[in-house]
Amino acid sequence: MLEMHWHTLLTIVALGVVTVVTRSFFLFSDRPWKLPHWAQRGLQYAPIAALAAVIVPEVVTTQGVLVDTWRDARLFAAAAGAAWFFWQRGVLGTIVVGMAVYLPLRLGLGW
Amino acid sequence: MFWQATHRRYPEYRVGARDMLTAAAGIAAWGLMTGVAMVTAGLSQLEAILMTFIVFAGSAQLTAVPMIAAGAPLWVIVVAAFCVNLRFVVFSAHLQPYLAHLPRWQRVVTGYVTGDLSYVFFARRYPRPGRDDDERARQHAYLMGNCALNYLSWMGASVLGILLSHVIPIEWGLGFAGILALVGLTCSLATSPLRVVAAGVSGTAAVVAWALPLKLNVLVAIVCAVAMCLLLEHTPLRRHEQGGHA
Repeated sequence: MLEMHWHTLLTIVALGVVTVVTRSFFLFSDRPWKLPHWAQRGLQYAPIAALAAVIVPEVVTTQGVLVDTWRDARLFAAAAGAAWFFWQRGVLGTIVVGMAVYLPLRLGLGW
Repeated sequence: MFWQATHRRYPEYRVGARDMLTAAAGIAAWGLMTGVAMVTAGLSQLEAILMTFIVFAGSAQLTAVPMIAAGAPLWVIVVAAFCVNLRFVVFSAHLQPYLAHLPRWQRVVTGYVTGDLSYVFFARRYPRPGRDDDERARQHAYLMGNCALNYLSWMGASVLGILLSHVIPIEWGLGFAGILALVGLTCSLATSPLRVVAAGVSGTAAVVAWALPLKLNVLVAIVCAVAMCLLLEHTPLRRHEQGGHA
């Protein structure tokens, strides 16, 4: 429970450094610089693209293979959550409605 | 950092925290399951808590833990985490002009505490960097308020998950609440035809490229979507974009 291997601790510290380096990659330099114009325009698509890249595989695949049945709780939960968002515009409602669809289907029907 | 009084005196600090509050339930469910998963995969509770507080990056943690348990070499684990985190490099390029006026340590600390959701909330609210000191300070305050709530809900839930790891059944799939928070946020960003295209291209590419190692499919998907939208800006779809050329 409280055991601690020095090698694991070293790995954890190294991973902390990775977090700092990646999250602040372009924030270290003091010299003023500007991204090229096309890159500035392109970056406005980055947030939604990053989210979609994370979500879509989590909803429509299992271990990287597309689901081959419609009886999958994730599909209905994500659809219900998205529908709620476009109707009521709230992220919290999206979570609540989505889970209200997800849990009964998963625990009740085993989807 | 995000508890500094300089940030808290701006009303934007509370607005940022309030925006994050809408997604906090999803963050908490996700943190809870990450906490459970770390212990289930073989870390001791002390190791899992240290990892939570030092690494502070859920997807990198979930990637690294099985590798640690399997005894993978340190450099392989570091390279894997770096690749999983590559999207943050893109985010930091976006944040740079908003934070350029700050001293280096403040920029770096701000980058460190800005997770996926805080970045997205921030980019959604402020399409352009502030033009004067006051505006930049308010933007920074918004980001810090947002990060503070993200930090609290993530850390609190992770620790709870680590401590209760033997009680919470992982097969319930409570972590899906985190995905639902991201679904809501994605919908809120779908404000123009080209952004919808970006989501479609990126989601498809992420599935097609899933077999790539180290979650590189996420980076490939972002690059494909951004490139496609930059090309489509030369077509009539462009007319609907906000602001046009900045």
